[in-house]
Amino acid sequence: MPRLGADRRHEVRFTLNGRPVEGEAEPRMLLTDFLRHVLGRTGTHVGCEHGVCGACTVQIDGAPARACLTLAVQVEGAEIRTVEGLAPAPDRLSVLQESFRAHHGLQCGFCTPGILMSLDELLSRRPDASEDDIRHQLSGHLCRCTGYAPIMKAALDAARRLRGEGETAADA
Amino acid sequence: MKPPPFDYLRADTLDEALDALAAAGPDARVLAGGQSLLPMLNMRLVRPTILVDVMRIGALRTVEARGGALEVGAAVRQVELERRADLDQTQPLLAAALRWVGHAQTRNRGTVCGSIAHADPSAELPLALVALGGEIRLRSRRKRRVVAAETFFAGSMATERRDDEMIESVTFPLRKPGTGYAFREIGRRHGDFAIVACAALVDATSARLAIGGVADRPVARALPLPGPDLDEALDGFAWSLEARDDIHATARYRRDLVRRLGRQVIEEAARCRG
Repeated sequence: MPRLGADRRHEVRFTLNGRPVEGEAEPRMLLTDFLRHVLGRTGTHVGCEHGVCGACTVQIDGAPARACLTLAVQVEGAEIRTVEGLAPAPDRLSVLQESFRAHHGLQCGFCTPGILMSLDELLSRRPDASEDDIRHQLSGHLCRCTGYAPIMKAALDAARRLRGEGETAADA
Repeated sequence: MKPPPFDYLRADTLDEALDALAAAGPDARVLAGGQSLLPMLNMRLVRPTILVDVMRIGALRTVEARGGALEVGAAVRQVELERRADLDQTQPLLAAALRWVGHAQTRNRGTVCGSIAHADPSAELPLALVALGGEIRLRSRRKRRVVAAETFFAGSMATERRDDEMIESVTFPLRKPGTGYAFREIGRRHGDFAIVACAALVDATSARLAIGGVADRPVARALPLPGPDLDEALDGFAWSLEARDDIHATARYRRDLVRRLGRQVIEEAARCRG
């Protein structure tokens, strides 16, 4: 494998939300910046840039991870999923997104893309996730608006709906 | 908060990685999961000239129980160990400690050996390795050597690893019949660095307690079984760690946690003997 030089940009290719993408990055470029500045996908937010706040969480090969603690060159060939990949159609939200809207699971929305990517993975891996499981997953995210209670409500409701047990009551 | 410039080598084989380390010496860093190294780079606390990515080296991806120990290769992520169905049985202390490492989102990327190499004094995996009396298998282009966990950690984020060496694997001794294990820690929030973390092993005749977050490295000591002598021994252990005040907690609070949490984990481990 050739060594990628520090002072040059190199081709990086991976799959983003099911479609192949490519762009150029210096070895030091973070995946957050590659997504936002090179690919123009600004759904992934940048918070603390040292792995604490969770705002930049994306799914790398199916697992939620910090895009700010990942170099673009590390994900060569990987499958990346971001918040832009959640909605099933341009005019429809996913069940999880709908639940967040119905239960006021967001206010300013800065932390939301990361939280959605973490919960999306948890609920698909463990459809019967308990309140404790959800809290544990959420512990990797900071939200300064909601106090987390509406997020818990939205997540539990989404889990119920994904299991086929009832509808979201609007503005519950 | 962006990393300084560096070259990047995605090594396909162990030899390729070891050659790069031999050539660059102290200017190279091994990149595995990146969950400790990337924050250091983003904050520019380290400035390597080359990162050697070892995650695509197939030989480093194995977890194997052999010779009474669980050997974990350098490219094994924490989540892979955490989700091993039998880990609660094969090494309950490791299973308990893993749940406290960072968050689910960082365990998905971070490696077991990476946390050992980083050697944060409050990290759970170095503590578990010291508590269990595990070993670190180091490899350079010239030779291989095995270092006991208790001598590997040389201080805060300092280890016995030489510049041209990398950790090839670490070994955690398997559960022994008749020994009980327990792990607990106190932090401000789940996922924060531990203010004090305790790991205990108890068998029919003795107890062993290891403490993280207080001294500049994890420290283990043999202690009496729960009974009249334990409190005094714990007090001596607490003072010997030379706790210091910092933004998270006072030295006095840390000593108190060593006494109280230490007793709790020893009692818990004694109950779990089976």
